[in-house]
Amino acid sequence: MSGVIGEIVMPKWGLAMQEGMLAAWSVKEGDTVGKGQEICDIETSKIANVFESPVDGKVRRLVTGAGETVPVGYLLAVVADDSVSDADIEAHVAHFKETFVVEDGGDSGPVPETVDTASGRIRYLAAGEGDGVPVILVHGFGGDYLSWLMVQADVSQGRRSYAIDLPGHGGSTKEVGHGNVGALTNAVCSFMDAMKIDKAHFVGHSLGGAVCLDMARNHPEKIESGTLIAPAGLGPEINMDYIDGFIREKRARKLRPYLELLVNEPSLISSEMVEEVIRYKRLDGAEAALNTIASACFQGGHQTLEMVERVQRMKTPLNVVWGENDRILPVAHADGLPDTVPVTRLADTGHLPQMERPGETVEAIRAMLG
Amino acid sequence: MQLSRNDLLAAYRKMRLIREFEDAVHEEFSAGNIPGFVHLYAGEEASGVGICMHLDDRDAIASTHRGHGHCIAKGCDERGMMFEIFGKKDGLCGGKGGSMHIADLSVGMMGANGIVGGGPPLICGAALTAKTLKTGGVAVAFVGDGASNQGTTFESYNLAKVWNLPAVFVVEDNGYAESTASVWSVGGSQAARAAGFGMPCTEVDGHDFFAVWEAAREAIERARNGEGPSMLHVRLNRYYGHFEGDAISYKGEGEIERVKAEKDALMLFRNRVIETSLLDAGDMDAIDREVKERIVQCVTEAKAGASPTEADLLTDVYTSAY
Amino acid sequence: MPKKSYRQAINEAIRQEMARDERVIIMGEDISGGMGAPGEQDAWGGPMGVTKGIMPDFSRDRVLDTPITESAFIGCAAGAAATGLRPVAELMFVDFMGVCFDQIFNQAAKFKYMFGGKAVTPLTIRTMYGAGFRAASQHSQCLYPLFTHIPGLKVALPSNPYEAKGLLTQAIRDDDPVIVFEHKAMYDDEGEVPDEAYTIPFGEANVTREGDDVTIVAFGRMVNFANEAADNLEKAGISCTVVDPRTTSPLDRDTILETTEETGRLVVVDEAHPRCNMASDIVGLVSQEMFGALKAAPQMVTAPHCPVPFSPALEDIYVPGVARIEAAVRQAMGKGH
Repeated sequence: MSGVIGEIVMPKWGLAMQEGMLAAWSVKEGDTVGKGQEICDIETSKIANVFESPVDGKVRRLVTGAGETVPVGYLLAVVADDSVSDADIEAHVAHFKETFVVEDGGDSGPVPETVDTASGRIRYLAAGEGDGVPVILVHGFGGDYLSWLMVQADVSQGRRSYAIDLPGHGGSTKEVGHGNVGALTNAVCSFMDAMKIDKAHFVGHSLGGAVCLDMARNHPEKIESGTLIAPAGLGPEINMDYIDGFIREKRARKLRPYLELLVNEPSLISSEMVEEVIRYKRLDGAEAALNTIASACFQGGHQTLEMVERVQRMKTPLNVVWGENDRILPVAHADGLPDTVPVTRLADTGHLPQMERPGETVEAIRAMLG
Repeated sequence: MQLSRNDLLAAYRKMRLIREFEDAVHEEFSAGNIPGFVHLYAGEEASGVGICMHLDDRDAIASTHRGHGHCIAKGCDERGMMFEIFGKKDGLCGGKGGSMHIADLSVGMMGANGIVGGGPPLICGAALTAKTLKTGGVAVAFVGDGASNQGTTFESYNLAKVWNLPAVFVVEDNGYAESTASVWSVGGSQAARAAGFGMPCTEVDGHDFFAVWEAAREAIERARNGEGPSMLHVRLNRYYGHFEGDAISYKGEGEIERVKAEKDALMLFRNRVIETSLLDAGDMDAIDREVKERIVQCVTEAKAGASPTEADLLTDVYTSAY
Repeated sequence: MPKKSYRQAINEAIRQEMARDERVIIMGEDISGGMGAPGEQDAWGGPMGVTKGIMPDFSRDRVLDTPITESAFIGCAAGAAATGLRPVAELMFVDFMGVCFDQIFNQAAKFKYMFGGKAVTPLTIRTMYGAGFRAASQHSQCLYPLFTHIPGLKVALPSNPYEAKGLLTQAIRDDDPVIVFEHKAMYDDEGEVPDEAYTIPFGEANVTREGDDVTIVAFGRMVNFANEAADNLEKAGISCTVVDPRTTSPLDRDTILETTEETGRLVVVDEAHPRCNMASDIVGLVSQEMFGALKAAPQMVTAPHCPVPFSPALEDIYVPGVARIEAAVRQAMGKGH
């Protein structure tokens, strides 16, 4: 639009993000950018990712330089066509800087809470308010509520959402019983009982996807819908190198290559993510829990529970999102699903669509929320 | 409480075992067969044995440089000890400790100690363990008249008293700290020192097994009953030098010979049990023969034993990963 | 993750280990406070309040105030460790090692070896170290090199609250004598610390910054200064790796050598005096093992060879700071930096 100055500001990724570091620009002043084009790399304390332009236009000023850390909402760049003078650009930037205030100074977003359930202590992060059927987000093997960092806020509109830590994970009890999918499903049911949630939309990633399928099979009255992201439980294969390495490696440098298997673009794995995993594994009981779950769920290097045959008979509406370059669970597992289950296959995406392609993932989840 | 015939036989055997052990070490050291230096307990047997007769594996002792007698009295294996003194791999400490550091925690022997006054704080620890875990155990620190002047010893008296620990401090006063006479080096008296810390103290003739045994019984019972620490001041004599090779020129002429002739602990014991018809001379003669053979055998085997190798140098520094 | 102070992190580690294992006891001068006095009990919780509140929860049977008698109670802790307890003794200031060192280095450290491997001595000694507190020469030293020198001891220097809880928990569970050095200027430092118990293994360095130009190895409180220096230098185009070895004994030689090989330049930051300290130790190690990979002479940033002065004007010069670390990095980078 002629004569209009467009602003590109530091995005808010996740509920707790307050600031971000602009790692590198992939465009320069004078370039024309289109909406959705990758324009820079941003790193937060939790994640590193590419940032796609929210606007079209010609880049007139890069306001935030590479290596600078700025608050959420701060001006990164301005776009405008040539009808806007340099002086107006300067004035616009100067005005922004003068009037900019950090939002919610000191508020680091919602903090996780814990609840004692019949299956032990469960930690969860709650977000959103409203009367809509709540959403329960279930992470995968070795994950925790932070798996949903990039999507939780966007699926919590008009409803409450709960990103839980499964037993053996994060801040939840490290007692996992037999450690099979059934035991994890029981823990989710215990969580629902403790929180007085009768029914919820489920979103499950990887092993959490298998938990959702198990829920649909054995507790259909508790599950309104299921969005399965790169779910386990639909075929025998699983990358045991990843599972074994994840459990075994205690040092950042040794662990990183395994975590990089999770994603299509290795730079997405920030040092902080690696450190978070190591810190989790140091907790009393965490390693034993992982071993118990791994040997129960992936006995002999194959997934123990396969439910693809049963999906036909499930009444629960299901929806699948899968990265085409998933190196942990092959996207081919989705091929055996009935036509009633829509599958979104994402190109250039690994095992973490909710981190790698948060926009598309949110879209798929919202489609189920009605 | 009375000593049974078996108790008496056991006591005599332990004392004889210590005497034979130390005489053999003296001989082997003089012949140049033992490395380093050794401090011998010969002459002091009634103290170690009279006290340790009241102890079992719940109980701990800490010893001094002059530790062989305490080790035997507390139940360390004399063969392993001999190997250790010869620096052999099958020694009680794998040849890594030697004479001054013989220990066997499995029988409550917390170590001979190369540091004068090193033991009393450790014994407070063993007593604290017994008290905290309610094992009923008692801990005994043996110190010489030399260590009786160390700050660690005084601090331990105080700590044991204020924490009411089941501890007994045994001052084995053989009259000399190295070459320095205790009549000169000890200010005041051991009993007055104990009184200063509010501890009962019994002075006892350390040549007289029965006197030591009786005094120790009271002190150890007091500790076991939760009535706190005590001191025993045991006066005795050592037959050899401070260390082997010490010419003992500082002692008075005929001093050792007089003690041997008049107050030898084994002789006094023998006379007493024969006079009172508690044991026969034949019983003790048999023990003498058996013990002599046993020690000869220990020395022979220790001499022939294998030395530790380079592979042993770096082991046993840490328990857990390093 | 909840934020906690260095003080709280230590308190929490002790509590959790006491709850987990009844053999864990704590002892020290005024660690509860008010013993035998008519007034308030648990009056202090240690001179810095680190152990406050533990006595009321665990009783005086397991929280033992001692007389001022370091020789006796440190030796007592060693003896208790060798006979079945897992004592955590507080040596109020490491400067006081002078009156109890025998019990640490001749007794506890050597039991295992002298007794042919048959002794186990799970003793933990917590002690305060470090300058910057206007505490003068006898309450400010960094004597960890002396302990590091002794085989049989392990030495940990937690650099923040997370490290403090994990390293202290490891120390208490470890079957060897461990000395944990707590920097007295860090007790109010805050950081994320899990509520649950966890351990950080000894001998595994933490790489807190990854860079290409210079490797900075720093200990204890100096890790934070090194991180700050690295962040400042990053803006000036010098990219630093920062290594926190966490423990000086055992020492993670591999991480130090690997990261130094990657950058070819080494700066060691050690708050201890310069002779026979960790800086000279690590520079010696790197020089011997990978002299050919060095692009510049290694730099040592240490306190000077003088007692810790009292006057703030002097003490501020004495303590190695961010500016000196930056200068050493620039020196290693050579001309034009």
